Amino acid sequence: MSPNLLPYWKLFVAGFRQQSTYRLAAFGGLVANATFGFLKVAVLFATVRAAGGQLHGYDLGVMSSYIWISQGLLGSINLSGRTDLADRIKDGAVAVDFLRPIDVQAANVATEVGKAVFALVPRGIPSVALGAIVVGMSLPSTPAPYLLGALSLLVGITVSAATAYIVATVGFWLIESRGVQVLYMVVSGFLAGLFVPIALFPGWLSAIAAATPFPSMMMYPIDVISGRVVGLAALGLFAAQLGWLAVTGLIGHALTRAGRRKLEIQGG
Amino acid sequence: MNPIIETRGLTREFTVRAGLRRTRLRAVDALTFTVEAGEAVGYIGANGAGKSTTIKMLTGILVPTAGDVLTCGLRPVQDRRRLARHVGVVFGQRSQLWWDLPVGESFGILAAIHRLDRAAARARTDELVDRLEMGAYLSTPVRQLSLGQRMRAEIAAALLHSPRLVILDEPTIGLDVLSKQRLREFLIEERTAHGTTLLLTTHDMGDVARLCDRVLVIDHGKLAYDGTLDGLSRRVGVERVLVVDLTAPTPDLLDIPGTTHLGSEAGGLQQRLAFDAEHTTAAQVLTAVNQRVEVRDLSVEEPDIEDVVRRVYAGSRR
Amino acid sequence: MAEPVVHQGSVGPVTRLAPYRAVLAARVRAQRSYRSNFLIDLGSSLLVGFVELAEVWILFHNVHVLGGFTFVQILLVFGIADFSFALADLFFGHCDNLPTYLRAGTLDVFYLRPQPVLMQLITSEISLRRLSRAGLGVGSIVIALALNDIDWSAARVALLVLALVSATATFAALFVWAAGLQFFLVSGAELTNAFVYGGRYAATQPAAVWSRPIKVVFGFLFPMAFTAYLPALELLGLPGPQWLPAGLAWCTPLAALWSWGMALGTWRVGMRHYQGGGG
Repeated sequence: MSPNLLPYWKLFVAGFRQQSTYRLAAFGGLVANATFGFLKVAVLFATVRAAGGQLHGYDLGVMSSYIWISQGLLGSINLSGRTDLADRIKDGAVAVDFLRPIDVQAANVATEVGKAVFALVPRGIPSVALGAIVVGMSLPSTPAPYLLGALSLLVGITVSAATAYIVATVGFWLIESRGVQVLYMVVSGFLAGLFVPIALFPGWLSAIAAATPFPSMMMYPIDVISGRVVGLAALGLFAAQLGWLAVTGLIGHALTRAGRRKLEIQGG
Repeated sequence: MNPIIETRGLTREFTVRAGLRRTRLRAVDALTFTVEAGEAVGYIGANGAGKSTTIKMLTGILVPTAGDVLTCGLRPVQDRRRLARHVGVVFGQRSQLWWDLPVGESFGILAAIHRLDRAAARARTDELVDRLEMGAYLSTPVRQLSLGQRMRAEIAAALLHSPRLVILDEPTIGLDVLSKQRLREFLIEERTAHGTTLLLTTHDMGDVARLCDRVLVIDHGKLAYDGTLDGLSRRVGVERVLVVDLTAPTPDLLDIPGTTHLGSEAGGLQQRLAFDAEHTTAAQVLTAVNQRVEVRDLSVEEPDIEDVVRRVYAGSRR
Repeated sequence: MAEPVVHQGSVGPVTRLAPYRAVLAARVRAQRSYRSNFLIDLGSSLLVGFVELAEVWILFHNVHVLGGFTFVQILLVFGIADFSFALADLFFGHCDNLPTYLRAGTLDVFYLRPQPVLMQLITSEISLRRLSRAGLGVGSIVIALALNDIDWSAARVALLVLALVSATATFAALFVWAAGLQFFLVSGAELTNAFVYGGRYAATQPAAVWSRPIKVVFGFLFPMAFTAYLPALELLGLPGPQWLPAGLAWCTPLAALWSWGMALGTWRVGMRHYQGGGG
């Protein structure tokens, strides 16, 4: 092989080999998605059938869409509350970040969003494909829900990254911010509609959920993409997401400023 | 008396996947040697030469691909649990202690694991704590110990059940000179007192020189040398280097008897003289240098293990 | 110098267990020293349990009967499954630390001790924080037994006890099976988690709603239906679906045996692979 091409060949082979370990992890993720997906199908389909085939806007097809899309989003929505930033705040490395001429909040959120969007490919697509082929799901036949859905998904991912960012910044004041992180981990999935669609919640519980940014992360994008909510109502959900994006962004910004000031006073 | 270690044609192969090709790599190749009770053997070789693999086969962690091995008269894989009572191993990089517990508690647990009689275990622990000077930090969690303190604790842990064979894998790595010295002295005492057999892998020639009366050199899985350290020095012409810092820049000292001038720094302020340890000593060379110029400071460099091994290998190819 | 006297040969059961007790006692002490972390974990375990119970409750808030069960009835299934899983998790849950030991090379340390490697792995830790979840399970069982009209008999009491023991054993086997597979999958924890935690989820469900593939996987391969659903059917006096009649409830010990057979077999193959034996 010509010496000019050799390095690129080696890089390609290296990248390919990297993918094989990556592939095992991706396969494991797919098996996990499939297992939980099928178990949910069993229980949630039975619920819809027991309710006469229609439950708060869910028929079997829409319920299937909800199940498989939510499984597919697991790699993109932060449901653990853990971030790289939290570790950096804990060991003080964040002081270096503040010295750089970029906004710490924007940089962190952008990185997380980038990773999340990328994760949609190995996680989201196989999951939805599996559901569509094996179980069948009903998806909209017009382009509008997909366009709005894509935007909604992007905003949802960003809200998730922004909220996890807030959890990390708490570490500026609490030495052991583990309690906050664990609390986030416990309630985030539930209130984001991961286990049961929020539409099935009793009134008081939906009110609680609506008062948190969690539904904006996952439930609303799924509602839009699956076509369960259309038209003005869908735009309303999108507006709520944007509202939460603003709120979490502002809170994160304020906490970052305060945290930075605290570090400066302390001497870094 | 049975030999403590007996290997015959011991071989271990690994399959290595390189891209789409698979190759069989021989980490250990037809190793044959015997270690009698009470010996102190240095097991040296370059990184990746097969030392760790040999130890894993001696202790029953890995199954040999071919050949036989008997440790303390037992088959390591089949009789692993019985063998564990007679062997103590100190890994330089891996810890046998419980990380977040006080050191003293680790000893207590190990005593229970080896089913030692309570009173005897207490006596043995006290003895080890005393001789290794660990009293000051017995209640400190292991993760807070310095490397030197931790290594002493590891050695105590390996010796708690008074094994007949102690295998040490790079025990002095990263230690300062004083700690190395004390550790070596302790091992020598232990051997004299109990007749424990020592198998030591190391990159430090100082360890080998002070602790071992026999050296096994392994290179690319094969046994390249089995004999005394003196014999090894004679075989490869092992050289030590005296580095002298002089009070004033001096022209190269080319005429010191028994030495080869390796180089000078800072216009002759620091000079390096290699000498064959077989024919002269550092003291003699220093005296000769002192007769010619005034020496401000000095140090002695030991030969590099890699260098020795390379020479042995090159020698055995001839 | 006197050799420390080593107990040989005829060792009584108490002394045989002494090494394991020593390690476990040390782990308990260590956990007590990380007090605030422990309390947080205890709380979060409980909270997670409540959240999972809430999911079930929400479904029954929408429909009255699911898979032939009402909420009060499914509470029994949930309680038995959750309690047994929490108990198994307490003693065996940390077995998924094996990949960490493999990567750091610290598994080799186990080989140097005179005990079976698996026993050392199992006793290397104890997750006391699961106690709160186990408490939730017990609470659910008690409430379910109180609210349901159970026709008590000596046989039924025996079945309840048998179910709890077998279910715990079955879940414990799952953890060991998952650990054994880690010898092959270097970072494949997610793959085994699918069946361990998916199995837990399946065990709390009324199996009548399952599709055929789930029936095969969680009905018989990983016999989750035998842990809580079948015993609950029998206790509540319900007939159960055709493919899984209530009478099979008495076979829970067989399910546990099958699971342990699978687990030990996988562990054995895994160890042999690690040691490079068998070509």
